[in-house]
Amino acid sequence: MDFTTFLIQLLNALQYGLLLFLVAIGLTLVFGIMGIINLAHGSFYMLGAYMAFVLTGMTGNLMLTIAIGIPLAFVFGALLEALLFSHLYKRDHLEQVLLTYGLILIFEELRSLAVGDDVHGVPVPEMFAMSIPLSDTLSYPVYRLVISGVCLLLAVGLYFLIQRTRLGMVIRAGSHDRDMVQALGIDINRLYRTVFAIGVVLAALAGMLAAPISSVYPGMGGSVLIISFVIVVIGGIGSVWGALVAALVIGFADTFGKVFVPEMAGLMVYLVMALVLLWRPEGIFRKG
Amino acid sequence: MNPAITATFKLAVLASLAAFPFYGSEFYAEVVAKILILAIFAMSLDLLVGFTGLVSFGHAAYFGIAAYMAVMLSPDFAAANLWVVLPASMLVSAIAAFVIGLFVLRTKGIYFIMVTLAFSQMAYYIFHDTKLGGGSDGIYLDFRPDATIAGFTPFSFNETLHLYFFVLALMVLVYVFLTLLLRSPFGRVLVGIRSNEHRMQSLGYATFRYKLAAFTIAGALAGLAGFMYAVLFGFVTPEYLSWHKSGDVLLMVILGGMGNLAGAVAGAFVFVGLQELFSDWTKHWQLLMGGVIVLVVLFMPGGLAALPGRVLGFFRKGGKNG
Repeated sequence: MDFTTFLIQLLNALQYGLLLFLVAIGLTLVFGIMGIINLAHGSFYMLGAYMAFVLTGMTGNLMLTIAIGIPLAFVFGALLEALLFSHLYKRDHLEQVLLTYGLILIFEELRSLAVGDDVHGVPVPEMFAMSIPLSDTLSYPVYRLVISGVCLLLAVGLYFLIQRTRLGMVIRAGSHDRDMVQALGIDINRLYRTVFAIGVVLAALAGMLAAPISSVYPGMGGSVLIISFVIVVIGGIGSVWGALVAALVIGFADTFGKVFVPEMAGLMVYLVMALVLLWRPEGIFRKG
Repeated sequence: MNPAITATFKLAVLASLAAFPFYGSEFYAEVVAKILILAIFAMSLDLLVGFTGLVSFGHAAYFGIAAYMAVMLSPDFAAANLWVVLPASMLVSAIAAFVIGLFVLRTKGIYFIMVTLAFSQMAYYIFHDTKLGGGSDGIYLDFRPDATIAGFTPFSFNETLHLYFFVLALMVLVYVFLTLLLRSPFGRVLVGIRSNEHRMQSLGYATFRYKLAAFTIAGALAGLAGFMYAVLFGFVTPEYLSWHKSGDVLLMVILGGMGNLAGAVAGAFVFVGLQELFSDWTKHWQLLMGGVIVLVVLFMPGGLAALPGRVLGFFRKGGKNG
């Protein structure tokens, strides 16, 4: 493999990993703070992608779509938490698994009723619809770089949110000891609702960003969900930075797996997971 | 409830299942055969979820592996011998469960749920991405296994009726086997692990080995179900190993009420019954299924098995807080 091809794969791996990170944040935070295992998280990614398809059809512009989509996703997440997930906090994991499994079926069918079961494409925004030539024959699409850039910015933003703001402080405290946070007079319900909604927004945003490069198809939430689970497990449940490292590891394992061992590519991710678990059964960054 | 009533009820259900194919059409006999196979599958998972406290979300892997074995161990242009290929398929599933169990049983709680899921996905991709079993299209079983033993053929799977009764017998066998297993000292240890694993360890039990044994047995029995599923439908696809299948069987166990073998059987009936009913109404039947799941979780903790007790409790308490 020559250097240019290697560079392209490297950038692809980075972009894929960062996108997965966006999805995994919500999953790991919702578990770390509220103790909820949410199988329907992949559906938020799927809903985001379909939102990109439908709204871009109306507005003709992915940027505008994202600007409309983010508040919509936030409201949707907050409503869902208020109506359903808030009833799950005291239930055991098994019931959470089942309820959210039921939700997946509901979301998929609603999607099928609303927009049908066809595969759709979303055009790459015009201002990014170009490529950077790397050699005579190879070039790299700008839009993928934009995705990586946006994700990196969000990761930095999230770092500040969690480490430097009051909300972040409460989130960190909440993932450490829920009861104590409540005892200190912090409105835990509002915290839960906010965290859940942020998770939904990030997953939906990942779906909207990915729509132009991965196309929009039924069941797209399922595969992302499982990979995100792997990331959360490898990174250590509740750890945002663990999720970032794990997402990048998975992004590289998957992308380079497809290059070097194409017939085993689907397996690579799970092999990595198995190895990490042999080494550290509670993930890389699990706090004691 | 009174054990005599329960036993009578179970026998009555068994009798009606035995009488069913003589009254119903061949189509419905196949539907019920499918349910009975899924009941075996659900009971095998209940051994883990309900009795040992291990919430496996990847149980379809062992179901699917044995289903693939049913096809892959059969010769291309002839029927395989049932008495060879059935145990062999179950053995492969058992070995897979044993090896995966070595990994997953190192984890607990929510990690266990996610890791079992991830390993079953691994198995899914082995069959989905490689040409091993026809790739994503799946593979056909052209000849149902032949039951000839020592020159004598007691029954033939080409007769729906024979297949039906074989499956019914298997279901009863598995039920009896698991009931006896759970009454044995081994089974008591499993239930002890569910209640308090640390205490079992303090008592000197090597709980890991017990859990691994339970995981392997459950894998083998799921394999039995998967094998018969392949025989009944004549084809196998990677979907047999998908996490939707794992979710479905978990749902059957919950619907019936965890830790109750008869409940797992009832759960299989209700699940497939609802599936058939809803898919008759609309092609968007999963919407209704999803709704039922959400409602069951929210309003029916304990599943069907807890229902008689709850109804009785409701009347005894004068309807105050049933």
